[in-house]
Amino acid sequence: MLEADNLECVRGERRLFAGLSFKLEAGELLYLQGRNGAGKTSLLRMLIGLLPPEAGDIRWQGEAIRRRRDDYHAALCYLGHLNAIKEELTPLENLLAGARLAGETLSEDDAIDALEQVGLAGREDLACKYLSQGQKRRVALARLVIDRRPLWILDEPFVALDVGAVDWLAGVISAHLQRGGMAVMTTHQPVAIPAGTVRELRIG
Amino acid sequence: MFDIVFTVIARDLKLAMRRQADIVSALFFFIIVVSLFPLGIGPELDLLRQLAPGVLWVAALLATMLSLPRLFADDLRDGTLEQLALSPHPLGLVVTGKVIAHWLVSGLPLALIAPVLGIQFDLAGDALFVLTAAILLGTPALSGIGAIGAALTLGLRGGGVLLSLLVLPLYIPVLIFGAGAVDATVSGLGGEGHLSLLAAMTIAAIGFAPWASAAALKIALE
Repeated sequence: MLEADNLECVRGERRLFAGLSFKLEAGELLYLQGRNGAGKTSLLRMLIGLLPPEAGDIRWQGEAIRRRRDDYHAALCYLGHLNAIKEELTPLENLLAGARLAGETLSEDDAIDALEQVGLAGREDLACKYLSQGQKRRVALARLVIDRRPLWILDEPFVALDVGAVDWLAGVISAHLQRGGMAVMTTHQPVAIPAGTVRELRIG
Repeated sequence: MFDIVFTVIARDLKLAMRRQADIVSALFFFIIVVSLFPLGIGPELDLLRQLAPGVLWVAALLATMLSLPRLFADDLRDGTLEQLALSPHPLGLVVTGKVIAHWLVSGLPLALIAPVLGIQFDLAGDALFVLTAAILLGTPALSGIGAIGAALTLGLRGGGVLLSLLVLPLYIPVLIFGAGAVDATVSGLGGEGHLSLLAAMTIAAIGFAPWASAAALKIALE
């Protein structure tokens, strides 16, 4: 269970939000909404523990994430604006290196399988600098296919994807919720997630 | 737990191999700067022998500096640094891996080429040996101290210049004992004491610098 209690965010001189609280249980999806600059990304960065909140607490399974940082990070999968892939490496190498750095074990067959699912079959061995923007995003999303950590935090996951890929990703997130996972995400496009309880939070 | 160190080293070495221009340019910078001195000074062997340790060490410091700005900048730009900070391993161990990889790519080649360059300065066999040993022992400290500077100046405009101003003064002890080891050998005093001090500096730098860098990186990521 992920809980946020009375969070306050100040960036520069501006207070973006204050008194923000929510609770997220297994199988639930939290949709963050708000105009540009409302503090959606700042809130996500607080939730992953990279940005300390001005006031308030974030708790994972009842414990403050500041105190159990390593345990929390082992349960967390974050997909940001940036793809976190290396241009010089191939999609396959990126996926394997990413999993190893995150402390997960991933076999090469599973990785190839995941890349096939995101529509990159036949391009596993091509350096990522030769891929298009959308294809690079797909390499980053391939992590989600194999990821079994309980909490997903996704920042604009649908950006740069075509219609088919949006439906596919909605399916992946549904499957994650059905397994009892949790997800927090921001998006400007309304996307229907078929399974799980969807809750909305508007900030700003 | 130390698996993460080897994983980071393997990843960074693979990236360096795909981008060989970086390694080669620092190495050629070192070779060219060192080779310019004998050409400029002329064939006065006594003078060259005296200058050799200082010239080689200053060139080694500058060559190490060349690749420092990119130590974390690439990872910050493509989002990998965020993912590294979110890995369930301590960030200090991740940075230890990056520092060791930086040394393997930028410090080790300098040590390997140094004896060849030392011949241009008419250094004797034992001096060449001590020179190689000193560069081998001292450059890991340069990578470690440099990592702190690179982390502190991460994401700043004009960070490259600031990085030099920040890091070069901290390199002075390594420079003094590194050049001193060769000087002492040339003058027949023996350079073992200097080498021991260099080794101590390297051990301290590899042990502590990554944790200081990790703290700076966390601030840069906020």
